[in-house]
Amino acid sequence: MVRFFNALGTPLLSFFQYLGELVLLAGDTFRSIFTHKLRWKLFLNQIVEIGLLSQVLVIITGGFTGAVFTAQAFFQFNKLGMGSAVGAVVSVSLCRELAPVLTALMVAGRVGAAMSAEIGTMKVTEQIDALRALAVYPVDYLVVPRTLAMMISMPLLVAECIAFGILAGYFIAVYLLGVNGPYYVENMVHWTRPKDIIMGMTKAFVFALLIVFISCHKGLTAREGAVGVGRATTEAVVNASLAVLIVNFFLTMGLNIIFPAGHQ
Amino acid sequence: MIEAPPSPEIAAEPRRVSSNSSPMIAVRSLRKKIDGQEILRGVDLEVRKGETLVLIGRSGGGKSVLLKHLIGLMEPDSGEILIEGQNIIGMTERQLSAIREKVGILFQGAALFDSMTVEDNIAFPLLEAGERDPKVLRSRVEEMLEVTEMGGQEEKMPESLSGGMKKRVGLARAIIRRPSCVLYDEPTAGLDPVVADSINKLIRCLQGRFGITSIVVTHDMKSAFDVADQIAYLHQGRVYFHGTPGELQQSTDLLIQDFLLGRSETWRD
Repeated sequence: MVRFFNALGTPLLSFFQYLGELVLLAGDTFRSIFTHKLRWKLFLNQIVEIGLLSQVLVIITGGFTGAVFTAQAFFQFNKLGMGSAVGAVVSVSLCRELAPVLTALMVAGRVGAAMSAEIGTMKVTEQIDALRALAVYPVDYLVVPRTLAMMISMPLLVAECIAFGILAGYFIAVYLLGVNGPYYVENMVHWTRPKDIIMGMTKAFVFALLIVFISCHKGLTAREGAVGVGRATTEAVVNASLAVLIVNFFLTMGLNIIFPAGHQ
Repeated sequence: MIEAPPSPEIAAEPRRVSSNSSPMIAVRSLRKKIDGQEILRGVDLEVRKGETLVLIGRSGGGKSVLLKHLIGLMEPDSGEILIEGQNIIGMTERQLSAIREKVGILFQGAALFDSMTVEDNIAFPLLEAGERDPKVLRSRVEEMLEVTEMGGQEEKMPESLSGGMKKRVGLARAIIRRPSCVLYDEPTAGLDPVVADSINKLIRCLQGRFGITSIVVTHDMKSAFDVADQIAYLHQGRVYFHGTPGELQQSTDLLIQDFLLGRSETWRD
Protein backbone atom coordinates (compact mmCIF):
# COMPACT_ATOMS: atom_id res chain seq x y z
CA MET A 1 0.00 0.00 0.00
CA VAL A 2 2.82 2.37 0.96
CA ARG A 3 4.60 1.41 -2.25
CA PHE A 4 1.43 2.15 -4.21
CA PHE A 5 1.11 5.64 -2.72
CA ASN A 6 4.84 6.21 -3.22
CA ALA A 7 4.52 5.24 -6.87
CA LEU A 8 1.47 7.47 -7.23
CA GLY A 9 2.92 10.33 -5.23
CA THR A 10 5.98 11.16 -7.32
CA PRO A 11 4.23 11.65 -10.69
CA LEU A 12 1.37 13.45 -8.95
CA LEU A 13 3.77 15.83 -7.24
CA SER A 14 5.62 16.38 -10.53
CA PHE A 15 2.29 17.12 -12.22
CA PHE A 16 1.30 19.69 -9.60
CA GLN A 17 4.78 21.20 -9.71
CA TYR A 18 4.44 21.49 -13.50
CA LEU A 19 1.03 23.17 -13.14
CA GLY A 20 2.51 25.52 -10.54
CA GLU A 21 5.35 26.47 -12.87
CA LEU A 22 2.87 27.19 -15.66
CA VAL A 23 0.80 29.40 -13.36
CA LEU A 24 3.94 31.26 -12.22
CA LEU A 25 5.00 31.80 -15.84
CA ALA A 26 1.51 33.08 -16.68
CA GLY A 27 1.55 35.39 -13.66
CA ASP A 28 5.00 36.70 -14.53
CA THR A 29 3.93 37.28 -18.14
CA PHE A 30 0.76 39.21 -17.27
CA ARG A 31 2.63 41.27 -14.69
CA SER A 32 5.16 42.12 -17.37
CA ILE A 33 2.43 42.98 -19.91
CA PHE A 34 0.95 45.56 -17.55
CA THR A 35 4.16 46.96 -16.08
CA HIS A 36 6.77 46.92 -18.85
CA LYS A 37 7.11 48.42 -22.29
CA LEU A 38 6.12 46.18 -25.18
CA ARG A 39 8.76 45.38 -27.77
CA TRP A 40 6.63 46.23 -30.80
CA LYS A 41 9.01 44.78 -33.38
CA LEU A 42 9.06 41.39 -31.69
CA PHE A 43 5.29 41.51 -31.20
CA LEU A 44 4.66 42.27 -34.91
CA ASN A 45 7.12 39.53 -35.93
CA GLN A 46 5.11 37.09 -33.84
CA ILE A 47 1.83 38.30 -35.33
CA VAL A 48 3.29 37.49 -38.76
CA GLU A 49 4.70 34.15 -37.56
CA ILE A 50 1.58 33.03 -35.71
CA GLY A 51 -1.27 34.79 -37.50
CA LEU A 52 -0.19 35.40 -41.08
CA LEU A 53 1.83 32.25 -41.69
CA SER A 54 -0.87 29.99 -40.24
CA GLN A 55 -3.46 31.18 -42.79
CA VAL A 56 -3.12 28.34 -45.30
CA LEU A 57 -3.18 25.73 -42.57
CA VAL A 58 -6.31 27.17 -40.99
CA ILE A 59 -8.11 27.69 -44.33
CA ILE A 60 -7.46 24.07 -45.34
CA THR A 61 -8.46 22.80 -41.89
CA GLY A 62 -11.67 24.85 -41.80
CA GLY A 63 -12.57 24.24 -45.43
CA PHE A 64 -12.20 20.47 -45.43
CA THR A 65 -13.72 20.06 -41.96
CA GLY A 66 -16.76 22.07 -43.05
CA ALA A 67 -17.01 20.11 -46.30
CA VAL A 68 -16.75 16.64 -44.76
CA PHE A 69 -19.03 17.52 -41.85
CA THR A 70 -21.66 18.90 -44.24
CA ALA A 71 -21.51 15.75 -46.35
CA GLN A 72 -21.82 13.40 -43.35
CA ALA A 73 -24.61 15.43 -41.76
CA PHE A 74 -26.45 15.58 -45.09
CA PHE A 75 -26.27 11.78 -45.56
CA GLN A 76 -28.06 11.32 -42.21
CA PHE A 77 -30.39 14.33 -42.26
CA ASN A 78 -31.54 13.70 -45.82
CA LYS A 79 -33.07 10.36 -44.75
CA LEU A 80 -35.37 12.40 -42.50
CA GLY A 81 -36.08 14.99 -45.18
CA MET A 82 -34.10 17.67 -43.32
CA GLY A 83 -31.31 18.26 -45.82
CA SER A 84 -31.57 22.06 -45.62
CA ALA A 85 -31.06 21.96 -41.81
CA VAL A 86 -27.48 20.86 -42.36
CA GLY A 87 -26.31 24.48 -42.66
CA ALA A 88 -27.42 25.25 -39.13
CA VAL A 89 -25.76 22.13 -37.69
CA VAL A 90 -22.49 22.79 -39.50
CA SER A 91 -22.41 26.45 -38.57
CA VAL A 92 -23.22 25.97 -34.87
CA SER A 93 -20.79 23.03 -34.56
CA LEU A 94 -18.02 24.98 -36.22
CA CYS A 95 -18.57 28.01 -34.01
CA ARG A 96 -18.90 26.17 -30.71
CA GLU A 97 -16.54 23.20 -31.08
CA LEU A 98 -14.87 22.25 -34.34
CA ALA A 99 -13.18 25.47 -35.38
CA PRO A 100 -11.70 26.39 -31.96
CA VAL A 101 -10.47 22.86 -31.22
CA LEU A 102 -9.12 22.03 -34.66
CA THR A 103 -7.48 25.43 -35.09
CA ALA A 104 -5.92 25.09 -31.64
CA LEU A 105 -4.57 21.63 -32.46
CA MET A 106 -3.10 22.85 -35.76
CA VAL A 107 -1.59 25.95 -34.11
CA ALA A 108 -0.19 23.81 -31.28
CA GLY A 109 1.52 21.65 -33.92
CA ARG A 110 2.87 24.49 -36.02
CA VAL A 111 3.39 27.44 -33.69
CA GLY A 112 3.76 25.62 -30.35
CA ALA A 113 6.46 23.36 -31.75
CA ALA A 114 8.31 26.33 -33.27
CA MET A 115 8.12 28.28 -30.00
CA SER A 116 9.47 25.49 -27.82
CA ALA A 117 12.17 24.56 -30.36
CA GLU A 118 13.34 28.16 -30.77
CA ILE A 119 13.35 29.00 -27.07
CA GLY A 120 14.79 25.56 -26.22
CA THR A 121 17.66 26.07 -28.68
CA MET A 122 18.29 29.50 -27.18
CA LYS A 123 18.38 27.87 -23.75
CA VAL A 124 20.90 25.15 -24.62
CA THR A 125 23.15 27.53 -26.58
CA GLU A 126 23.28 29.92 -23.58
CA GLN A 127 21.42 32.64 -25.51
CA ILE A 128 18.86 32.90 -22.69
CA ASP A 129 21.69 33.24 -20.18
CA ALA A 130 23.13 35.91 -22.49
CA LEU A 131 19.80 37.77 -22.40
CA ARG A 132 19.79 37.63 -18.61
CA ALA A 133 23.44 38.68 -18.46
CA LEU A 134 22.60 41.67 -20.65
CA ALA A 135 19.95 42.72 -18.08
CA VAL A 136 17.05 41.57 -20.26
CA TYR A 137 14.42 39.49 -18.50
CA PRO A 138 13.66 36.50 -20.81
CA VAL A 139 9.93 36.55 -20.01
CA ASP A 140 9.70 40.19 -21.18
CA TYR A 141 11.67 39.50 -24.33
CA LEU A 142 10.47 36.04 -25.36
CA VAL A 143 7.16 35.20 -23.70
CA VAL A 144 5.29 38.52 -23.65
CA PRO A 145 5.37 39.21 -27.44
CA ARG A 146 4.36 35.60 -28.15
CA THR A 147 1.52 35.70 -25.62
CA LEU A 148 0.06 38.95 -26.95
CA ALA A 149 0.41 37.77 -30.55
CA MET A 150 -1.34 34.49 -29.71
CA MET A 151 -4.12 36.30 -27.81
CA ILE A 152 -4.84 38.41 -30.89
CA SER A 153 -4.15 35.85 -33.63
CA MET A 154 -6.03 32.83 -32.29
CA PRO A 155 -9.55 34.36 -32.23
CA LEU A 156 -8.95 35.72 -35.75
CA LEU A 157 -7.71 32.33 -36.97
CA VAL A 158 -10.71 30.61 -35.42
CA ALA A 159 -13.04 33.13 -37.07
CA GLU A 160 -11.32 32.42 -40.36
CA CYS A 161 -11.65 28.68 -39.82
CA ILE A 162 -15.39 29.10 -39.13
CA ALA A 163 -15.87 31.26 -42.22
CA PHE A 164 -14.09 28.86 -44.57
CA GLY A 165 -15.84 25.87 -42.98
CA ILE A 166 -19.26 27.45 -43.56
CA LEU A 167 -18.30 28.49 -47.08
CA ALA A 168 -17.02 25.02 -48.00
CA GLY A 169 -20.12 23.45 -46.41
CA TYR A 170 -22.37 25.72 -48.48
CA PHE A 171 -20.64 24.77 -51.73
CA ILE A 172 -20.76 21.04 -50.95
CA ALA A 173 -24.41 21.17 -49.83
CA VAL A 174 -25.74 23.37 -52.63
CA TYR A 175 -23.57 22.52 -55.63
CA LEU A 176 -22.66 18.89 -54.91
CA LEU A 177 -25.49 17.49 -52.81
CA GLY A 178 -28.34 19.54 -54.32
CA VAL A 179 -29.63 21.25 -51.15
CA ASN A 180 -31.78 24.36 -51.73
CA GLY A 181 -29.42 27.32 -51.22
CA PRO A 182 -31.79 29.96 -49.72
CA TYR A 183 -33.26 27.41 -47.26
CA TYR A 184 -29.77 26.29 -46.29
CA VAL A 185 -28.70 29.88 -45.57
CA GLU A 186 -31.96 30.80 -43.85
CA ASN A 187 -31.69 27.84 -41.46
CA MET A 188 -28.05 28.57 -40.80
CA VAL A 189 -28.63 32.28 -40.02
CA HIS A 190 -31.70 31.49 -37.93
CA TRP A 191 -29.99 28.94 -35.68
CA THR A 192 -26.54 30.50 -35.39
CA ARG A 193 -26.60 33.11 -32.61
CA PRO A 194 -23.98 35.65 -31.48
CA LYS A 195 -23.52 33.60 -28.30
CA ASP A 196 -22.23 30.69 -30.44
CA ILE A 197 -19.57 32.98 -31.90
CA ILE A 198 -18.75 34.37 -28.43
CA MET A 199 -18.30 30.81 -27.16
CA GLY A 200 -15.93 30.02 -30.03
CA MET A 201 -13.92 33.18 -29.47
CA THR A 202 -13.73 32.55 -25.71
CA LYS A 203 -12.36 29.08 -26.37
CA ALA A 204 -9.90 30.48 -28.92
CA PHE A 205 -8.59 32.93 -26.34
CA VAL A 206 -8.19 30.27 -23.63
CA PHE A 207 -6.52 27.81 -26.05
CA ALA A 208 -4.12 30.56 -27.15
CA LEU A 209 -2.98 30.99 -23.56
CA LEU A 210 -2.66 27.23 -23.01
CA ILE A 211 -0.54 26.76 -26.14
CA VAL A 212 1.74 29.73 -25.54
CA PHE A 213 2.45 29.02 -21.87
CA ILE A 214 2.94 25.28 -22.33
CA SER A 215 5.23 25.82 -25.34
CA CYS A 216 7.27 28.66 -23.85
CA HIS A 217 7.63 26.81 -20.54
CA LYS A 218 8.91 23.69 -22.33
CA GLY A 219 11.41 25.81 -24.23
CA LEU A 220 12.60 27.67 -21.13
CA THR A 221 13.10 24.41 -19.21
CA ALA A 222 14.68 22.41 -22.07
CA ARG A 223 17.56 20.18 -21.00
CA GLU A 224 21.01 20.20 -22.56
CA GLY A 225 21.67 19.13 -26.13
CA ALA A 226 19.73 18.27 -29.25
CA VAL A 227 17.88 15.49 -27.41
CA GLY A 228 16.71 17.98 -24.80
CA VAL A 229 15.35 20.38 -27.42
CA GLY A 230 13.72 17.54 -29.36
CA ARG A 231 12.05 16.23 -26.21
CA ALA A 232 10.89 19.69 -25.19
CA THR A 233 9.35 20.26 -28.62
CA THR A 234 7.52 16.92 -28.64
CA GLU A 235 6.28 17.41 -25.09
CA ALA A 236 5.11 20.93 -25.90
CA VAL A 237 2.97 19.74 -28.81
CA VAL A 238 1.61 16.70 -26.94
CA ASN A 239 0.88 18.61 -23.72
CA ALA A 240 -0.68 21.55 -25.53
CA SER A 241 -2.89 19.27 -27.64
CA LEU A 242 -4.01 17.25 -24.62
CA ALA A 243 -4.63 20.42 -22.63
CA VAL A 244 -6.76 21.83 -25.47
CA LEU A 245 -8.87 18.65 -25.63
CA ILE A 246 -9.31 18.34 -21.86
CA VAL A 247 -9.93 22.03 -21.18
CA ASN A 248 -12.36 22.12 -24.13
CA PHE A 249 -14.65 19.65 -22.35
CA PHE A 250 -14.78 21.74 -19.18
CA LEU A 251 -15.16 24.96 -21.17
CA THR A 252 -18.05 23.46 -23.12
CA MET A 253 -19.82 22.39 -19.95
CA GLY A 254 -19.17 25.71 -18.22
CA LEU A 255 -19.88 28.00 -21.16
CA ASN A 256 -23.04 26.08 -22.03
CA ILE A 257 -24.49 27.35 -18.76
CA ILE A 258 -23.75 30.96 -19.73
CA PHE A 259 -24.43 30.54 -23.46
CA PRO A 260 -26.92 27.66 -23.84
CA ALA A 261 -27.25 26.23 -27.33
CA GLY A 262 -30.28 27.08 -29.47
CA HIS A 263 -32.97 29.79 -29.03
CA GLN A 264 -33.28 30.42 -25.32
CA MET B 1 38.47 12.13 -1.58
CA ILE B 2 40.96 13.56 0.91
CA GLU B 3 41.76 17.14 0.24
CA ALA B 4 45.38 18.23 0.16
CA PRO B 5 46.07 20.85 2.85
CA PRO B 6 47.27 24.16 1.53
CA SER B 7 51.01 24.66 2.08
CA PRO B 8 52.21 27.86 3.79
CA GLU B 9 53.43 29.39 0.55
CA ILE B 10 50.05 28.74 -1.03
CA ALA B 11 48.27 30.76 1.61
CA ALA B 12 50.35 33.77 0.55
CA GLU B 13 48.58 37.11 0.67
CA PRO B 14 47.34 38.08 -2.82
CA ARG B 15 49.29 40.88 -4.47
CA ARG B 16 47.30 44.07 -4.70
CA VAL B 17 47.06 45.97 -7.99
CA SER B 18 47.11 49.19 -6.07
CA SER B 19 47.23 49.46 -2.35
CA ASN B 20 44.10 51.62 -2.03
CA SER B 21 41.88 49.84 -4.56
CA SER B 22 38.65 48.43 -3.14
CA PRO B 23 37.22 45.03 -4.09
CA MET B 24 35.05 45.03 -7.20
CA ILE B 25 33.87 41.52 -6.42
CA ALA B 26 34.04 39.65 -3.13
CA VAL B 27 32.89 36.06 -2.67
CA ARG B 28 32.41 34.69 0.83
CA SER B 29 31.90 31.02 1.78
CA LEU B 30 30.05 30.23 -1.44
CA ARG B 31 28.52 26.76 -1.56
CA LYS B 32 26.59 25.07 -4.35
CA LYS B 33 25.29 21.55 -4.90
CA ILE B 34 24.10 20.40 -8.31
CA ASP B 35 22.19 17.11 -8.54
CA GLY B 36 23.46 16.16 -5.09
CA GLN B 37 27.10 16.80 -5.99
CA GLU B 38 28.90 19.54 -4.08
CA ILE B 39 30.48 21.74 -6.76
CA LEU B 40 31.47 24.72 -4.62
CA ARG B 41 32.45 24.01 -1.01
CA GLY B 42 32.99 27.39 0.50
CA VAL B 43 34.76 29.59 -2.04
CA ASP B 44 36.34 32.80 -0.73
CA LEU B 45 37.69 35.20 -3.31
CA GLU B 46 38.33 38.90 -3.80
CA VAL B 47 38.96 40.78 -7.03
CA ARG B 48 40.08 44.38 -6.83
CA LYS B 49 39.08 47.12 -9.23
CA GLY B 50 41.09 47.13 -12.46
CA GLU B 51 42.65 43.76 -11.65
CA THR B 52 42.62 40.68 -13.89
CA LEU B 53 42.07 37.48 -11.96
CA VAL B 54 42.49 34.18 -13.77
CA LEU B 55 40.62 31.19 -12.40
CA ILE B 56 42.31 27.90 -13.21
CA GLY B 57 41.61 24.35 -12.17
CA ARG B 58 40.73 20.89 -13.35
CA SER B 59 37.65 20.27 -15.51
CA GLY B 60 34.54 19.95 -13.38
CA GLY B 61 36.20 21.92 -10.59
CA GLY B 62 33.43 24.51 -10.51
CA LYS B 63 35.12 27.41 -12.36
CA SER B 64 32.29 28.08 -14.81
CA VAL B 65 29.71 27.51 -12.06
CA LEU B 66 31.47 30.12 -9.93
CA LEU B 67 31.55 32.54 -12.87
CA LYS B 68 27.81 32.15 -13.45
CA HIS B 69 27.18 32.85 -9.76
CA LEU B 70 29.06 36.14 -10.05
CA ILE B 71 26.49 37.54 -12.47
CA GLY B 72 23.48 35.95 -10.79
CA LEU B 73 22.86 33.33 -13.47
CA MET B 74 22.98 30.69 -10.73
CA GLU B 75 21.77 30.88 -7.15
CA PRO B 76 24.10 29.46 -4.46
CA ASP B 77 22.97 27.27 -1.56
CA SER B 78 24.76 29.58 0.87
CA GLY B 79 27.38 32.30 0.97
CA GLU B 80 27.69 35.89 -0.20
CA ILE B 81 28.62 37.60 -3.44
CA LEU B 82 29.32 41.30 -3.14
CA ILE B 83 29.52 43.39 -6.31
CA GLU B 84 30.92 46.81 -5.39
CA GLY B 85 29.79 46.11 -1.84
CA GLN B 86 26.24 45.07 -2.76
CA ASN B 87 25.20 41.50 -1.90
CA ILE B 88 23.45 40.01 -4.92
CA ILE B 89 22.25 36.83 -3.21
CA GLY B 90 18.49 36.71 -2.91
CA MET B 91 17.95 39.44 -5.51
CA THR B 92 15.16 38.92 -8.04
CA GLU B 93 15.93 38.79 -11.77
CA ARG B 94 14.69 42.37 -12.14
CA GLN B 95 16.80 43.61 -9.21
CA LEU B 96 19.82 41.89 -10.74
CA SER B 97 19.43 43.95 -13.93
CA ALA B 98 21.16 46.92 -12.29
CA ILE B 99 24.09 44.68 -11.29
CA ARG B 100 24.29 43.13 -14.74
CA GLU B 101 24.74 46.56 -16.27
CA LYS B 102 28.02 46.77 -14.33
CA VAL B 103 29.21 43.24 -15.17
CA GLY B 104 29.52 41.82 -18.69
CA ILE B 105 30.20 38.22 -19.57
CA LEU B 106 31.75 36.45 -22.54
CA PHE B 107 30.29 32.94 -22.75
CA GLN B 108 32.37 29.95 -23.78
CA GLY B 109 30.45 29.56 -27.05
CA ALA B 110 29.97 33.37 -27.32
CA ALA B 111 26.14 32.83 -27.12
CA LEU B 112 25.44 35.25 -29.97
CA PHE B 113 21.78 35.67 -30.92
CA ASP B 114 21.61 33.59 -34.07
CA SER B 115 18.64 35.47 -35.50
CA MET B 116 20.61 38.75 -35.57
CA THR B 117 23.51 40.13 -37.59
CA VAL B 118 26.84 40.97 -35.96
CA GLU B 119 25.83 44.64 -35.84
CA ASP B 120 22.46 43.88 -34.22
CA ASN B 121 24.13 41.58 -31.70
CA ILE B 122 26.58 44.27 -30.67
CA ALA B 123 23.95 47.03 -30.59
CA PHE B 124 21.48 44.86 -28.64
CA PRO B 125 22.47 45.94 -25.09
CA LEU B 126 22.27 49.63 -26.06
CA LEU B 127 18.88 49.19 -27.73
CA GLU B 128 17.59 47.37 -24.68
CA ALA B 129 18.91 50.19 -22.49
CA GLY B 130 16.68 52.56 -24.47
CA GLU B 131 19.17 54.09 -26.89
CA ARG B 132 17.25 54.86 -30.11
CA ASP B 133 19.46 57.42 -31.89
CA PRO B 134 20.81 55.60 -35.00
CA LYS B 135 23.91 57.84 -35.09
CA VAL B 136 24.85 57.03 -31.49
CA LEU B 137 24.17 53.32 -32.05
CA ARG B 138 26.23 53.29 -35.24
CA SER B 139 29.20 55.10 -33.71
CA ARG B 140 29.23 52.88 -30.60
CA VAL B 141 29.03 49.72 -32.70
CA GLU B 142 31.83 51.00 -34.93
CA GLU B 143 33.95 51.76 -31.87
CA MET B 144 33.41 48.21 -30.57
CA LEU B 145 34.18 46.73 -34.01
CA GLU B 146 37.41 48.72 -34.07
CA VAL B 147 38.39 47.65 -30.52
CA THR B 148 37.74 43.99 -31.32
CA GLU B 149 39.23 44.25 -34.85
CA MET B 150 36.00 43.09 -36.46
CA GLY B 151 35.50 45.99 -38.90
CA GLY B 152 33.62 45.08 -42.10
CA GLN B 153 31.89 42.06 -40.55
CA GLU B 154 28.79 43.87 -39.27
CA GLU B 155 26.35 42.45 -41.83
CA LYS B 156 27.36 38.82 -41.26
CA MET B 157 25.20 36.32 -39.40
CA PRO B 158 26.78 34.46 -36.45
CA GLU B 159 26.73 31.09 -38.23
CA SER B 160 29.12 32.40 -40.88
CA LEU B 161 31.75 33.48 -38.32
CA SER B 162 34.73 31.46 -37.10
CA GLY B 163 35.12 30.58 -33.41
CA GLY B 164 37.54 33.44 -32.78
CA MET B 165 35.33 35.96 -34.57
CA LYS B 166 32.30 34.85 -32.57
CA LYS B 167 34.23 35.43 -29.34
CA ARG B 168 35.24 38.91 -30.51
CA VAL B 169 31.63 39.78 -31.32
CA GLY B 170 30.55 38.31 -27.96
CA LEU B 171 33.15 40.48 -26.28
CA ALA B 172 32.07 43.57 -28.22
CA ARG B 173 28.49 42.93 -27.08
CA ALA B 174 29.62 42.42 -23.48
CA ILE B 175 31.56 45.70 -23.31
CA ILE B 176 29.44 48.09 -25.40
CA ARG B 177 27.70 49.41 -22.28
CA ARG B 178 31.11 49.92 -20.71
CA PRO B 179 30.73 47.63 -17.72
CA SER B 180 33.22 47.99 -14.89
CA CYS B 181 33.88 44.24 -14.91
CA VAL B 182 33.94 41.52 -17.59
CA LEU B 183 33.83 37.78 -16.93
CA TYR B 184 35.39 35.50 -19.54
CA ASP B 185 34.41 31.83 -19.68
CA GLU B 186 37.26 30.00 -21.45
CA PRO B 187 37.91 32.79 -23.97
CA THR B 188 40.61 30.86 -25.85
CA ALA B 189 39.05 27.38 -25.77
CA GLY B 190 38.94 25.75 -29.22
CA LEU B 191 40.98 28.51 -30.87
CA ASP B 192 44.30 28.13 -32.67
CA PRO B 193 47.34 29.62 -30.80
CA VAL B 194 47.51 32.74 -32.96
CA VAL B 195 43.83 33.61 -32.55
CA ALA B 196 44.07 32.69 -28.84
CA ASP B 197 46.97 35.13 -28.49
CA SER B 198 44.95 37.88 -30.18
CA ILE B 199 42.11 37.29 -27.69
CA ASN B 200 44.59 37.52 -24.80
CA LYS B 201 45.91 40.82 -26.18
CA LEU B 202 42.33 42.03 -26.49
CA ILE B 203 41.66 41.25 -22.82
CA ARG B 204 44.81 43.14 -21.86
CA CYS B 205 43.87 46.01 -24.16
CA LEU B 206 40.43 46.33 -22.57
CA GLN B 207 41.96 46.43 -19.14
CA GLY B 208 44.38 49.16 -20.24
CA ARG B 209 41.95 51.20 -22.34
CA PHE B 210 38.79 51.06 -20.22
CA GLY B 211 40.19 50.04 -16.81
CA ILE B 212 37.93 46.99 -16.83
CA THR B 213 38.19 44.48 -14.00
CA SER B 214 38.40 40.98 -15.49
CA ILE B 215 37.84 37.46 -14.28
CA VAL B 216 39.03 34.86 -16.75
CA VAL B 217 38.26 31.16 -16.48
CA THR B 218 40.72 29.14 -18.51
CA HIS B 219 42.62 25.88 -18.85
CA ASP B 220 45.11 27.53 -21.15
CA MET B 221 48.17 28.28 -18.99
CA LYS B 222 49.81 30.47 -21.63
CA SER B 223 46.67 32.59 -21.68
CA ALA B 224 46.61 32.63 -17.87
CA PHE B 225 50.18 33.91 -17.60
CA ASP B 226 49.61 36.41 -20.44
CA VAL B 227 46.65 38.17 -18.88
CA ALA B 228 46.73 37.56 -15.11
CA ASP B 229 47.53 39.99 -12.33
CA GLN B 230 46.33 37.32 -9.91
CA ILE B 231 45.71 33.61 -10.35
CA ALA B 232 43.36 31.49 -8.26
CA TYR B 233 43.52 27.71 -8.48
CA LEU B 234 40.16 26.10 -7.76
CA HIS B 235 40.41 22.57 -6.45
CA GLN B 236 37.57 20.42 -5.17
CA GLY B 237 35.23 23.38 -4.84
CA ARG B 238 37.64 25.62 -2.87
CA VAL B 239 40.30 28.18 -3.68
CA TYR B 240 43.49 26.15 -3.20
CA PHE B 241 45.90 28.85 -4.31
CA HIS B 242 45.56 32.59 -4.76
CA GLY B 243 48.58 34.62 -5.73
CA THR B 244 50.52 36.23 -8.52
CA PRO B 245 51.59 34.33 -11.66
CA GLY B 246 55.17 34.44 -10.33
CA GLU B 247 54.14 32.89 -7.02
CA LEU B 248 52.24 30.18 -8.88
CA GLN B 249 55.26 29.32 -11.01
CA GLN B 250 57.54 29.14 -8.00
CA SER B 251 55.16 26.94 -6.03
CA THR B 252 56.56 23.55 -5.07
CA ASP B 253 53.14 22.13 -4.22
CA LEU B 254 52.65 18.86 -6.09
CA LEU B 255 49.06 19.53 -7.05
CA ILE B 256 49.99 22.88 -8.58
CA GLN B 257 53.05 21.40 -10.26
CA ASP B 258 50.94 18.61 -11.76
CA PHE B 259 48.47 21.13 -13.12
CA LEU B 260 51.12 23.45 -14.54
CA LEU B 261 53.03 20.61 -16.18
CA GLY B 262 49.87 18.82 -17.32
CA ARG B 263 50.94 15.72 -15.37
CA SER B 264 48.42 13.06 -14.40
CA GLU B 265 48.55 12.04 -10.70
CA THR B 266 48.32 8.36 -11.65
CA TRP B 267 51.69 8.40 -13.39
CA ARG B 268 53.56 10.53 -10.90
CA ASP B 269 56.65 8.80 -9.52
